[in-house]
Amino acid sequence: MPKMGKQTWKFMSNIYLSSTGTTAGPLESQGPLGNSFDQVYDDMHCGESNWELAERTLMREAIGHCLRKVSKKEQDIDIFLAGDLLNQTVTSNYIAGENQIPYLGMFGACSTSMETLAIAALLVDSGFANYVIGAVSSHNATAERQFRYPTEYGGPRPKTATYTVTGAGAALVSKEASPILIKEATIGKVTDWGIKDANDLGSAMAPAAADTIAAHLKDTGRQPDYYDLIVTGDLSSVGSPIAKQLLYEKGYNVDGVHQDCGLMIYRPDQPVFAGGSGAACSAVVTYGYIANQIASGSLNRVFVVATGALFSPIVSQQKETIPCIAHGVVLEAAGGQ
Amino acid sequence: MGQLNNKTNYKKNIKPYQLKPNYLMNCIKAFLVGGFICLLGEALQNFYIRFFDFTEKTAGAPTQGTLIILSCLLTGIGVYDKIGQFAGAGSLIPVTGFANSITSAALEHKSEGIVLGIATNLFKLAGAVIVFGVVSAAVLGIIRLFIMNLLG
Amino acid sequence: MEYLIAFVIGGLICVVGQLLLDVCKLTPAHVVVTFVVIGALLDSFGIYDQLIKFSGAGATVPITSFGHALLHGAMAEGKEHGYIGIAMGIFKLTSAGITSAILFGFIAALIFKPRG
Repeated sequence: MPKMGKQTWKFMSNIYLSSTGTTAGPLESQGPLGNSFDQVYDDMHCGESNWELAERTLMREAIGHCLRKVSKKEQDIDIFLAGDLLNQTVTSNYIAGENQIPYLGMFGACSTSMETLAIAALLVDSGFANYVIGAVSSHNATAERQFRYPTEYGGPRPKTATYTVTGAGAALVSKEASPILIKEATIGKVTDWGIKDANDLGSAMAPAAADTIAAHLKDTGRQPDYYDLIVTGDLSSVGSPIAKQLLYEKGYNVDGVHQDCGLMIYRPDQPVFAGGSGAACSAVVTYGYIANQIASGSLNRVFVVATGALFSPIVSQQKETIPCIAHGVVLEAAGGQ
Repeated sequence: MGQLNNKTNYKKNIKPYQLKPNYLMNCIKAFLVGGFICLLGEALQNFYIRFFDFTEKTAGAPTQGTLIILSCLLTGIGVYDKIGQFAGAGSLIPVTGFANSITSAALEHKSEGIVLGIATNLFKLAGAVIVFGVVSAAVLGIIRLFIMNLLG
Repeated sequence: MEYLIAFVIGGLICVVGQLLLDVCKLTPAHVVVTFVVIGALLDSFGIYDQLIKFSGAGATVPITSFGHALLHGAMAEGKEHGYIGIAMGIFKLTSAGITSAILFGFIAALIFKPRG
């Protein structure tokens, strides 16, 4: 049965994460995972004249690295799934225009990374595509401008705020063997527990993450220790302990297996408030560090749960609550097969 | 600790998890930086009185102008936002914060062009200050004038 | 001594702003707007003039002085020309500040590149 429980898809054939590509900005490259990215920029402009073009370069180069690693060309790809945080996901739209691959735009805010990966695996498994690229990007300056204040504005931000990761991640999904298998995906429900503060997304997204993780464990009949690592997208130092406690109360103890991409990507002493966020946060950590760890055998089974806050600055100022979502994908070392 | 898995009381129950601002430290930083900017203002004011033809009444204008230029420069070279994150209200409340809000908004939208980018967004943040300043001053002015007329 | 007073009074005004940010959880924009309105209110009772006399730049540099100056200019003309004077005089004293902020903000935006 391809469907497990209510929310989980089990892929019937061997679907592989055949290749990945990651790009990151200056602050991310100085972080603890700096070595795991394919390309890093020491300037936020990435050699472009404005932030939007810089974000586009990040995504373009991430896809380029992803394809070059397995000597593929754009023409070899059947479908391109991409999303980002800008209005109308313009970064993805323009990249799709450049690469001329049939394109489906995706939006799940910061959960877009796993949303694209899950759909990519689904398309390959169902036979509608042989090669699918999933890509996401985010840029600190473009996101700050859209969701918060101008980047040079001196208004202080509270400690619960997060710092949008500058970077992009791309993944090639196919049936071509690689060290990493995509086993299952769990699609989340929108969860809105009444948080209104756009400077405290960790608290807002924690229930969504806990909901998806619990649904996944229930659907599969597993316990958290089945995984070497359950990693959330960008709950930060505020949302992570909340999500852990929520899961504990549901009867799942994730202590020891849980980590958060937003906390992994930066050193604690970097000026990022509660941690990293953004669509690229989970993408660069998963496609960079975690993919390397699985390929090298250090990690065997990983459940990546990307979390997203699905609000806009306008509804946020209209005092509406923040709807959140989380999608999870199970990655497994192919060695054991 | 109560049950966290409770949608209605979630906002209340997560209070212990939320990082508290360091009230005392933030106030000290705001005090020192804000005080320093005012001290600088005082020095500038004395400078303009002593070396130029300004009196105590009129020296305010060039003083504010100088502080505004400084703030615009610091915003342009990307320093003021760092000061702001450190000092909080210490660099927000002085007139330099007003200049920063104008420059940062203008700079942010530079890529959209001079007219629709810089010029239309210049008052994106500072507009509220001017609107509330003018409205409150006009209302209070009318009330005061009315009372004065009433009392003859 | 006047420097010390300017430092302390200016610093204390900023501490009030910091408390509004941290304790009342106001956004920076709300804090600044509140201060402008407070400045205008304090001017109505002549309190702000006393504060300026006492602390000099400690009271003229914070944004509260903007509200004070708006009302001050409005009242000066209002006394001469009646209600219409309020509209005529409101920007009289603040003109230099607003003009220089617009002018130099515009120039800075032309010259510099945002750094992120």
